[in-house]
This record gives sequence, structure tokens and C-alpha cells, in this order.
Amino acid sequence: MTESTRKKPWHTVTGLVCMAVAMFGFGYLLVPLYEKFCEITGIGGRTPDTAAYEAELTGEVDYSRTVRVMFDATVNSALPWRFEPTERYMDVHPGKLYETIYIAYNRASQPVVAQAVPSVAPGRAALFFNKTECFCFTEQLLGPGESRDMPVRFVVDPNLPARTDLVTLSYIIYKNDQATAVLAAVD
Amino acid sequence: MSQETTAHHSDHHDHHPTGLARWLFTTNHKEIGTLYLIFSLVMFFIGGAMAMVIRAELFAPGLQLVNPDFFNQMTTMHALVMIFGAVMPAFVGLANWMVPLMIGAPDMALPRMNNWSFWILPFAFTLLLATLFMPSGGPASGWTLYPPLSLQGGNTLAFVILAIHLMGISSIMGAINIIATILNMRAPGMTLLRMPLFVWTWLITAFLLIAVMPVLAGAVTMLLTDRFFGTSFFNAAGGGDPVLYQHIFWFFGHPEVYILILPAFGIVSEIIPTFSRKPLFGYTSMVYATASIAFLSFIVWAHHMFTVGMPLGAMLFFMYATMVIAVPTGVKIFNWIATMWRGSMSFETPMLFALGFVVLFTIGGLSGLMLAIVPANFQYHDTYFVVAHFHYVLVTGAVYAIMAAVYYWLPKWTGHMYDERLGKIHFWWSTIWVNVLFFPQHYLGLAGMPRRIPDYAVQFTEFNMISSIGGFMYGFGQLLFAFIIWKCVRGGQKATAQVWEGARGLEWTVPSPAPLHTFDTPPLVDDSVAVHKDQLT
Repeated sequence: MTESTRKKPWHTVTGLVCMAVAMFGFGYLLVPLYEKFCEITGIGGRTPDTAAYEAELTGEVDYSRTVRVMFDATVNSALPWRFEPTERYMDVHPGKLYETIYIAYNRASQPVVAQAVPSVAPGRAALFFNKTECFCFTEQLLGPGESRDMPVRFVVDPNLPARTDLVTLSYIIYKNDQATAVLAAVD
Repeated sequence: MSQETTAHHSDHHDHHPTGLARWLFTTNHKEIGTLYLIFSLVMFFIGGAMAMVIRAELFAPGLQLVNPDFFNQMTTMHALVMIFGAVMPAFVGLANWMVPLMIGAPDMALPRMNNWSFWILPFAFTLLLATLFMPSGGPASGWTLYPPLSLQGGNTLAFVILAIHLMGISSIMGAINIIATILNMRAPGMTLLRMPLFVWTWLITAFLLIAVMPVLAGAVTMLLTDRFFGTSFFNAAGGGDPVLYQHIFWFFGHPEVYILILPAFGIVSEIIPTFSRKPLFGYTSMVYATASIAFLSFIVWAHHMFTVGMPLGAMLFFMYATMVIAVPTGVKIFNWIATMWRGSMSFETPMLFALGFVVLFTIGGLSGLMLAIVPANFQYHDTYFVVAHFHYVLVTGAVYAIMAAVYYWLPKWTGHMYDERLGKIHFWWSTIWVNVLFFPQHYLGLAGMPRRIPDYAVQFTEFNMISSIGGFMYGFGQLLFAFIIWKCVRGGQKATAQVWEGARGLEWTVPSPAPLHTFDTPPLVDDSVAVHKDQLT
């Protein structure tokens, strides 16, 4: 065998193994990339968490424009709660701060921790819908049979595209199994 | 490493283990190629048996033979077994056998790793198939394993994921070996642009494999930790997003479908020139078209998931990028037809399967173009139209090319000609029934029949019956394929070294059957041996 024409493959192999390992990492890198991408573009109805926004309100309210905000709630089947908005919709002026209440009630005989996940439709409105306070920012604990009013405060940004006059704020509330289990263990 | 090489060299020429040990410990590319091909044939029949269960249940509306959960296990397993067990190992087996012969190398670059990448596979599929006999049954969420559904099944998901990891490791090692062989082991004068197209398409496929199989491994690992270790990658309650899985999966999944078809393009590009007795038309454009398809495969993944919702701009991008793939694919089909143009064609079985490929794959390609149209996709998504589409590109595409390759190279492997009359019967039987099987599914899909559902509305009855009859007949016909191979291995008319009158390339310069060790002395390659006539300066 003339070795001169047949090179040792180790150089190639090292490169290819590195490529495979890097692509495995890239699969995981897609997770934060996707998060960031959704945050920037509002894809998937994600809203910016803007608790600081309230302080920055300039007071410029656009009274000439009315946007209807619909409220929606879904309870995941694993969560033994009732959870619903008190109002079906509100007609709001962009730039003004509003508050609405969701009511949650724990039907179970044990304390349960839940987490609400918000979503705004249509996607193009998500970037312009600012929640200054929301029960979805933290885990919610309800004792057995307890019910609670949960406020959401929000401002619709005056820069909301003109063709949008209807925005839906939707929550899905899930049981937080881990936190609930920790709670049960403490008892 | 030098130790290994020395050991390998000494048992080259001295003794061979016999019996089972011979196959367990072999590092010979031809023997490993044979193992891959036999394994693939076995998996083809196992996956086919699952398809028969599916078609039997769908023969009539209502639930009659199996319960819905088992039906779902069948659709899931059929796909996993056919993709990872039948088609991919068949291509790797062909690469093992033919790539060293085509480039004038004595063996693969890493013979021991080659042995390992094959012998992982039986374990992987034992794990996968064993889930069918476990209390919670096999995976039933479809081969894509979308969460949250895939996370709501039984604990056997862990076995499925481990099996997928093993298959992935096997494919990656196989791909590394193929690239290392092609880049380092070519005979003197075998420049990259003198390589046969089968070698070229496999080189590009191997890069696709290394780029995307690790991404699949990552995705299923995330599923595993979500299901068993409390992470929330895809769990909305914990801040994750199930749609993220679909993006990661199809980032793997779309290049994967080209992994299943690019080597088929290579095979057809070998066979058509041989039986047209003309060099391949537009060799260089074939190479560039293959590379373009590979590149485009990375930027079109979201066309599998238009209906989950995405911004208009993204839909337009993925739609147009998908449609652009039709251009390099069209170049290939044009070149195959131009190769046949004014050639002195003959129609032996490999050529018949290659021609069947060109016609039927094109049908599948065109229905793919229809599926790329976003507004139409909203109607077609998850219907039998999609099922018809990907079976045209995978059965009459990938599987036809593999069968063409087997008939084409079988005389080189066994030293005997196969039974040409039976081969032709196999082709015509398969081609008639495969169309009876899959063509009506286009209509079922357009009329709204959803895929992966064991029951259907009564207006779909006739087309489903026709499709099922086609399925049984097609499936039955494949037993003939196994018989023809068996008969050819046992004996038959002696094959010459060149086998086919119009065959060109290094693999036809070695005797038939190819001896265990070939090209120990590298052959000298110049333009007279090159398989094409493009003027390359």
C-alpha cells in the first residue's frame, strides 16, 4: 500500500467529531435563542414583563382611540381550580392604566400551587400590551377551598398598530407539581 | 492506534474467524456492508408487517382488528423502523460496499469503528421493538414524538429515546467513517470531480447526518429530562414551550428527509448512464444541485408546522425557500432525462427501478410543492395527502432506488446474475400495486381524511379499500424480492467483472464476486476511468 496517497484520517475525524459535539450543543442553544427571538418579535403572543413600565408612563393618553381588550382563561385539566375573569372585555384608551380582576378558587382539599402563563393575540399586538402588575409574574398558592381576587394592571401602548382594534389577553393556569409536592411534604 | 492497524493488517491475509465470530468481529467493509443490507431487509419486513396492520384496520370504517392505542403504536413504530431501520442502514450498507470500490480504496478509513456502528443497531432496534411487549406499550404519539402527547404516554418512552440515541450514534459514526474514507482514501488521480455521483451524494449526506443527528439527540434528551427529571423545556406550566420542540425537531427532520433521498439520487445517477450507454449529462451541475439541496434543507424546516401559527413574514420565507428546492431538483430530473436522450437504452431490472424512481419520485416532488403553498397547506396538513406525498418520495423514491441499487450491484456482490425474469416481475408487480396503494390517498387527503386515526367517515370507504388491497399486494410482492436475492446468492449465471455492457467506473474493474480485499495496490485514475465526460479544467 502506498501510504503517500492514502492519508491518515485522524485530522478529518477530529474535525468531524467536534462538529457532532458542537451540533449537540447547538440543539440546546436553540432553547435560549428561541426564547430571545420570541421576546423580541412577540411571536407566540408573549408579552414583555414590564413591571417598571408603570413609572415611565408619560400620561399621554390617546382618547381619540378605543381598543377592545378581551379576557380569557383556561384551566389545565390537572389543576383542581376554578379560574375566570370577572369581565369579558374592556374598552380602553391607549396609554392609560387599567385594572381587571381574575378570580381563582381552589376546589381541592389540599393547598395547591399554580402558575399562570399569559398570551396575547394577535401576535403583532403582543409587543404593545404591557402588564404592569400581574399574578402571572409569581407562583400562586391557594389553601383548600380558598378563593382569591387576582388583579392585572395593563397599559396598551399608543404605538399599537392602527389596524389592531381588538386584543385578547388569555391565561392558561397550570398546576405547579413540584411546588405543590414541596408544600405537601412540609405539612 | 498503530496497534490496531497492525492487528488489522495481520488478519487481512492470514486467517479468518469462522461462523458467528466472523460476522461479529469483521472489520471488512464488504462484510459490514452485507450485514447492514441484511439488517435493513429484515427491518423492511418488520416495518412492512406494521404497515399491513395499519392497512388491514383501515380496510373498512369502524374499529375491527386492533384497539386505537395499538394502531397508534403501529403508525409510530412503522415510521421509526422504516426510516432508521430500513432506509438509512440500507444506504449505509451500500456506501460500505461501494464507496471504497468506487474510489479505489482498500477499505473504509476506520474499520473497527465501522464494525461498531453496525453492531449498535441490532441492540437499538431490540430496545425499540421490545417496547411493544411492555405493559404500557410502544410509543404511540407519532414518530415525531411531539410533546405534550409524547410525555403523557407510558414509561417506555425512556427505551424509545435510548434506542434513538443509539441509532444516532451509529449514524454519526457511519457518517464520520464515510467522510474520512472519501477525503483520505481516494486512489491517486481520483480527484473530487472525478468521483462517481453516488460517492458525491453520500459525502454530502454524511455531512448532513453529522450536522443534524446530534440535534435530534438533544431534542429527545430534552424530552427525557422533561418526562423523568423535572425540567420544563417543553412544559408550558414550567415556562417552556411545546412549539419549541417542533422547531428543534424539524431543524433535524427536514435535513433528515434529504438524508433519505440524496443517496438515492446518487444511485439513479449511476444506473441511468449505464443502461443508456452514455455518460451522465451535466455531472458538475448534479454535484452543485446536490450541495444546494443540502444547504436549502437547513432553512425550510418550519414548512412542517405552518399550522402552529407564525408571523406572515416567516410563512412567506419558509414557503418560498421550500419552493426554491424544486429548482436544483428539477436540474437533476432534467439531467437524468437528458442522459437517456438518444442513448441506446436497455431495460434490465435496475434500469426499470431507476426509471420508476424518476417518474414516481417526481409525482411525490410535485405534491411536495403543493404542500409548500401556505394557504393550501392549511387544508392538507395532517391529512392523507401528506401521507401520499411522503410515501411517493420514500417508497417509490428512496426504496425504489435501494432496490435498483441491489439489482445493479448484486452480480458484483455474489458473482451471479439474478433471475432477470423474476426481477422484471418484481418491478411491474410493485409498480402497479404501489400506485394502487398510494395514489388514492391523495384523494382521501384532499377530501379531508386525517392521518394517524384508526377510523374514518364512511364516504372514505372505497378509496381506503382500494388502498388496502394495493398495500397487501405490494407487501406480498416484496417476498419475491427476498426470494430473488436468496436465489442469486445461491447460484445463477456467472457474472463478468464488468457485469453490464455500459458500466463504467472502478467497481467494475474488480472480479465478480468482489474478492474480500480489493485495491490493496491503489489503481491509477485518469479521465478514461472517470464516469462522466464533463470538461473539467
